[in-house]
Amino acid sequence: MTVQRIPIIEKIMDANDQIAANNQKKLDDAGIFAINLMASPGAGKTSLILQTIRALAPDLKIGVIEGDTAPVTIDADKVLAEGMPAVQINTGGECHLDAMMISNALDQLPLDSIDLLIVENVGNLICPAAFKLGTHTNVLIASVPEGDDKPYKYTNIYRGLEVLVVNKIDLLPYIPFNMDYFRQGVELLNPGLVTFPISCSSGEGVTAWITWLQGRVKQQKSRGK
Amino acid sequence: MHELSVTESILTIAKRHAEENNALRVTDIHIVIGDLSSIIDDSVQFYWDIISDKSICAGAKLHFQRVPAQAKCLDCENQYSLQERLSPCPTCGSARIKIIKGEEFYLDSIEIER
Repeated sequence: MTVQRIPIIEKIMDANDQIAANNQKKLDDAGIFAINLMASPGAGKTSLILQTIRALAPDLKIGVIEGDTAPVTIDADKVLAEGMPAVQINTGGECHLDAMMISNALDQLPLDSIDLLIVENVGNLICPAAFKLGTHTNVLIASVPEGDDKPYKYTNIYRGLEVLVVNKIDLLPYIPFNMDYFRQGVELLNPGLVTFPISCSSGEGVTAWITWLQGRVKQQKSRGK
Repeated sequence: MHELSVTESILTIAKRHAEENNALRVTDIHIVIGDLSSIIDDSVQFYWDIISDKSICAGAKLHFQRVPAQAKCLDCENQYSLQERLSPCPTCGSARIKIIKGEEFYLDSIEIER
């Protein structure tokens, strides 16, 4: 019997990353722009999705994949009530969505008629950052009541972002939240990050987010189909 | 928190290479983890003992090589290590920095008997 060391050097997330690449190809072929929407629980992911649907319908068809750790359809039901296709994923206690879950969900959506796909990840600031889904861009919602120190504590999620939405700015007069301190933390992790301060309840700032989205959907359309 | 899925990936990769190399048994597994990758060694080890049981990798010892986080200043090009918390460039004070080390997460090698 001999003992031997076998060099491997293989990324541990490789299997997930390959499925993610397939997902992206499927989305590209259909001309769909897809975002991975991440945030802590209660930051306003579903509220932003509903605001977005109301602002963009009926010009754009929006598909939604809802990720939750429990077998509930609360979020998907809200999207369906707006007349848009939705798939609910129950992760069975897992703390994040992965590329395989998205692959299965894509098979259940009418991809030919969708312009924009929003994936609502499980409410969590740690694990979703580690799993590529095949979406085109990562968007994080930070909300004022969470506190201004979150970029310093949850560094990984901020580093992979294309857009940051700061929600619940209507609460700024009532909560100690130092916007300069918050922004400095973000700047260290992701210099020049596109940031939209908004309030889903008052509607303030939502237009800027919608305009950005429209631009990206249009860009993707001209590339696909 | 997501160590279970990660540990399953480690097992899949190790098993594949063990079989390709006609191993009788895998004795050691070397994993490289960057300090920023939010993976806890103890937690991986905990799941490993359960899921590798009765496989060709059963009883294999996991070795974790940690890689400290390092940043590079985009303004003055200074490279410095990030210890406890994120900090601006210690030389010029710029907040425009890029992480250059610490995000690694890969299976480096396995040791097998055959």
